[in-house]
Amino acid sequence: MSAIMVSKKVLRKWEKLPGKNTFCCDGRVMMARQKGVFYLTLFLIVGTCALFFAFECPYLAVHLSPAIPVFAIVLFFFVMATLLRTSFSDPGVLPRALPDEATFSGPRGEAANGNVPAGQRPPPRIRNVQINNQIVKLKYCYTCKIFRPPRASHCGICDNCVERFDHHCPWVGNCVGKRNYRYFYLFTLSLSLLTIYIFTFDIVHVVLRSVDSGFVNTLKDTPGTVLEVVVCFFTLWSVVGLTGFHTYLVSLNQTTNEDIKGSWSGKNRVQNPYSHRNIMKNCCEVLCGPMHPSALDRRGELIELALAPVPIPASKNNKENPQTTKTTAPLIPNEHTPDDVKSSIAPETEGDVEEKLSPLENKPPPSEPPTPPPADPAETTAVLEEAF
Amino acid sequence: MRPRSGLLIQDTIQSGSRRTFNMAETHSLQDMRQQAAIASKVFVQRDYSTGTTCQFQMKFLPELENRIDKQQFEETVRTLNNLYAEAEKIGGKSYLEGCLACLTAYTIFLCMETHYEKVLKKIAKYIHEQNDKVYAPRGMLITDPIERGLRVIEITIYEDRNGGNGR
Repeated sequence: MSAIMVSKKVLRKWEKLPGKNTFCCDGRVMMARQKGVFYLTLFLIVGTCALFFAFECPYLAVHLSPAIPVFAIVLFFFVMATLLRTSFSDPGVLPRALPDEATFSGPRGEAANGNVPAGQRPPPRIRNVQINNQIVKLKYCYTCKIFRPPRASHCGICDNCVERFDHHCPWVGNCVGKRNYRYFYLFTLSLSLLTIYIFTFDIVHVVLRSVDSGFVNTLKDTPGTVLEVVVCFFTLWSVVGLTGFHTYLVSLNQTTNEDIKGSWSGKNRVQNPYSHRNIMKNCCEVLCGPMHPSALDRRGELIELALAPVPIPASKNNKENPQTTKTTAPLIPNEHTPDDVKSSIAPETEGDVEEKLSPLENKPPPSEPPTPPPADPAETTAVLEEAF
Repeated sequence: MRPRSGLLIQDTIQSGSRRTFNMAETHSLQDMRQQAAIASKVFVQRDYSTGTTCQFQMKFLPELENRIDKQQFEETVRTLNNLYAEAEKIGGKSYLEGCLACLTAYTIFLCMETHYEKVLKKIAKYIHEQNDKVYAPRGMLITDPIERGLRVIEITIYEDRNGGNGR
């Protein structure tokens, strides 16, 4: 008579997500792999503001108004909050299709019919849908095995399909998509305001001081100001320009991706089917619309079970808990379970597995678990991959 | 030392985020999931005719013909569509939520749930109830679309055993 020895390892789902994202804080933070430029952004913003608070604020608070540093702090806080929100959140990644869905919904038969020469991809499949009297083409994504919803696009850097894909921004270290576009827009807007604010008060500060002590002496007294002015000057042109561009996009309810591709440029009477033809309505939808939830359950738990047969003496144990007789149920996939069942023994079975585990784990094992049966390691990886 | 061989079971005990599952399942659902083999799966696709809002097609799939009547199926999809429309409604309430959140630099969502998340909970509850009352007795189960990225409604059809209810 034998039973099964179970050792349990709890993982979070983010550890097994495909794609090229990095996760921090146990799945709470999601970013792209290359974060160098993001650190530069942080450094520039925090550094410039620190210089402003050190050099300008004491003088201006006394000579002009204490409201100046207070407003600067509020602006700085808003900039940091929106930046971190943009960088750390899920931009609207579409989870990849499981094998069943890919077979059912995907382009069928072409490869199977042998029409495609070996080694070549079949031609991309396109589905046409009509949205507000416009024909929109939905392309098939071979990586994610889905027909992309309208406005979605695959980001090559993060290797994910993202809904309402705008662009991949290295400055924030993440894609900008449906879920974080408003934070991105508010970040650029507030950063423009902060840059203009710091630049203006730098000039005011230098002017006021120069009246008292002369221009050259002023620059010697407050070297930080020079640095701030230089940073702000270059930032102004880029960030204010970017804000202006995105304000234009928001008013037309377009994405950067669509703008670059010229999807709704008006050629052949093609118009943007998503626009409400009203600037206010478009702005309200983009900036004040519903907050879509993440389709990736990053912090959900996965249990990885290691099963090994353990001989136990014929015992009273079975009488204690009748559920042990159910260990032969096909709930736990083994080499006889058909492949498509394995991946589908998925989120539904939480309560059941917990019940089953406890009686098994409570049995004291008579010895160390024996060497694993052959052929299983390959299967483990097969099941792991299958799941995605 | 953990043996290297092992079999992975994906299980959601509890999501750290907004999706908390109802752990108490009815006896028939438990039985079915444990002991029935999956015959096939069908996927109800999204309906994009009104734009990018989350709506599913009401088209009655041929694989379901023997299992459930059209009205019942359409009723389920219609209710789901209405619930998603409610979640994504753009109006006074969503503007207020958006503006308030913006004023607090979105820190308010550290302690508050968004309207969409509240409706998602309603949807999860509705699907569970439908599974219990309508689909499980007919040997099927619906998966919550959020598990599939709101792309499809996955309906798993289990093999008929002894009249379709599992043992």
